Amino acid sequence: MDSLADQLLVLVMLFNFIVLGSSRMAFCIRAAAVQGVILGVLPGIIHSFSWHLVAITTGIIAAKGIVIPWLISDAVRKAGIKREVEPFIGYVPTLILGAIVTALAFVFAERLPLAPEHRDLLFVPAAIATLMTGFLVLTTRRKAISQVIGYLVLENGIFIFSLLLTTAMPVMVEAGVLLDLLVGIFVMGIVINHISREFSSIDTSRLSALREE
Amino acid sequence: MLTAAVLLPLVGALAAWIVPGNRLRPLVLPAVAIPHLVLTLALLAWTPPPSPQGWIHLDPLGKIVLLSISILFLVCAVYAVGYLAYRRDRSNRVLCMGMLACLSAMTLVTASQHLGLLWVAVETTTVTMAPLIYFNRNARSIEATWKYLLICSVGIALALLGLFFLAYATLVAQRDATLLLGPILASARELNPGWLHASFIFMLVGFGSKMGIAPLHSWKPDAYGEAPGLVGALLAGGLVNCAFLAILRVYQISLAAGGEYLFFQKALLAMGLLSMGFAAVFMARQADFKRMLAYSSVEHVGILAVALGLGKGALFGALFHLLNNGLTKGVLFLSSGNIHRSYNSKSTEVVRGALGRLPWSAGLFLAGFIAITGSPPFSPFVSEFTIVSSAFVEGRYLAGGLFLLFLAIVFIGMALTVLPLVMGEPPADAERTDYRDRLLTVGPPLALLGLILMLGVWLPEPFQRLLRDGAALLEARP
Repeated sequence: MDSLADQLLVLVMLFNFIVLGSSRMAFCIRAAAVQGVILGVLPGIIHSFSWHLVAITTGIIAAKGIVIPWLISDAVRKAGIKREVEPFIGYVPTLILGAIVTALAFVFAERLPLAPEHRDLLFVPAAIATLMTGFLVLTTRRKAISQVIGYLVLENGIFIFSLLLTTAMPVMVEAGVLLDLLVGIFVMGIVINHISREFSSIDTSRLSALREE
Repeated sequence: MLTAAVLLPLVGALAAWIVPGNRLRPLVLPAVAIPHLVLTLALLAWTPPPSPQGWIHLDPLGKIVLLSISILFLVCAVYAVGYLAYRRDRSNRVLCMGMLACLSAMTLVTASQHLGLLWVAVETTTVTMAPLIYFNRNARSIEATWKYLLICSVGIALALLGLFFLAYATLVAQRDATLLLGPILASARELNPGWLHASFIFMLVGFGSKMGIAPLHSWKPDAYGEAPGLVGALLAGGLVNCAFLAILRVYQISLAAGGEYLFFQKALLAMGLLSMGFAAVFMARQADFKRMLAYSSVEHVGILAVALGLGKGALFGALFHLLNNGLTKGVLFLSSGNIHRSYNSKSTEVVRGALGRLPWSAGLFLAGFIAITGSPPFSPFVSEFTIVSSAFVEGRYLAGGLFLLFLAIVFIGMALTVLPLVMGEPPADAERTDYRDRLLTVGPPLALLGLILMLGVWLPEPFQRLLRDGAALLEARP
């Protein structure tokens, strides 16, 4: 079972690169959604069956695979965005940066004092690599939508780490985290809509009226 | 009773959604806030026992924060009735619902003993406040909302990772992974220091950015500057205190873990002094008086962090200052909202000589300025004095000296902005609006001012005991 989980985690890390490297917004959103669905399947593989697990799995797949991508695409449609992602730095440099942080994630994870049963698994490097990818997207993209995708990828990274903890997060809290993410993205979608109406663009580098003189 | 205190605002939010018409809807706010304060006082007097699994319990730290939030919310709620009467042009449905939902989440923050639940509640306060910052619906406020939402969401996400690290530390220590405060405190000494260390860093960054401590404060001037005065008051006195409570929980764990707390204290001390320094630099010659208040908030968050970093006697001061800062910020933001309404401008170039036009609001603003900069007889003086004197008693001369230096610079910088605003010569071409001081917009901040004046000269015995109990929870035990 663990080898299957590891293969899925490799897939998750590949999707990091797709998000980093693709120039089309719709493709980016779909990549983040697929990544979310893979993550939704993972708890089912590593833990034994329980109704709690079924509820969480369905919840995650519904939220990350369907509702959130729909919310973001809806915001894209309403804002009438062009296809390009418009990064501050080019695709090739971001991809190289992505590769570097992924490599560093593996080096870093080696040195962490992990519990013996987690030592040979990919969870920790995958979590760190995905988290850092999210950061990269957040900081290098101009468009508000891309920043939301970055936030989503960052949350995915944190979620991977949470898979190592089975009992710490009870259903209520896990559902709460998911709901907060959903509402957060919903509000972000509304704000993006207003940004595009106000500035006729969702280029966040235009959000620069507020600063110290 | 606790359940009632959490659910009541939610019922109120539902009522605000149903009530048609902008005229009646704001009345829901005080209708919820008054019973909420009554419930809070009852909870303080007769504390219910912890819930069976120990998730929900109102300990002294939670009580102090709950009290400060509940008082501030009642004042803001009454003020909102008067304020929204001037803003009939736009729908206040979202504003009323957001405020009430946020009150519910804030109440939950104070009572959570499960760190996961605490996180969910803190994140909920972030999301529910976002539409409120956007109440004015212009380009500047949307920019502020976006920055606030993104920076705080990402920050809080990092705090979640810190929480997971903490839970993982319990797992590495061969225990059941848990995020309940009680078991973590009991077993903190056996936890792996590496994971704890990482967890503290992430939680400090996460909750610190939510609290707006330098260098993570970049969203604060924008959000506080563009939000309506009453939302600014709730941000500076409510959300800041919730995030600070989260930091206090981390602090408790760091104390229980033994050696780790020295690192955490040092980090808090450094960030606190940095915040005060930043505020001192940016406060002077601030062209926008609401942004100036935001830097004042950065300063006071810094004071709170410094007090935690010093420990010992300063802890009492920190908890007292938490209440004082929240209430005094209420006075300042509400009265600045009035001045903003009257001049239709926040620029210190335009807004001058407010004392002639709005004697009450301008007087309150001036009194709030005197209070927040730590002048007697107001209560912030007492708490700041406690912190400074404890620094010198403990022989922390450098920290104490810097603290006093920054306070002095802030005083001068703020005076340079506030005094011309209140007393200066009004420009001939200043815009006039139909805003006049009324009981509902002046009475609430006046009541707050009376409260901090009272706390400055007389600290009621039960409240003093509450502060001492809270400080005892934060004291290092060898």
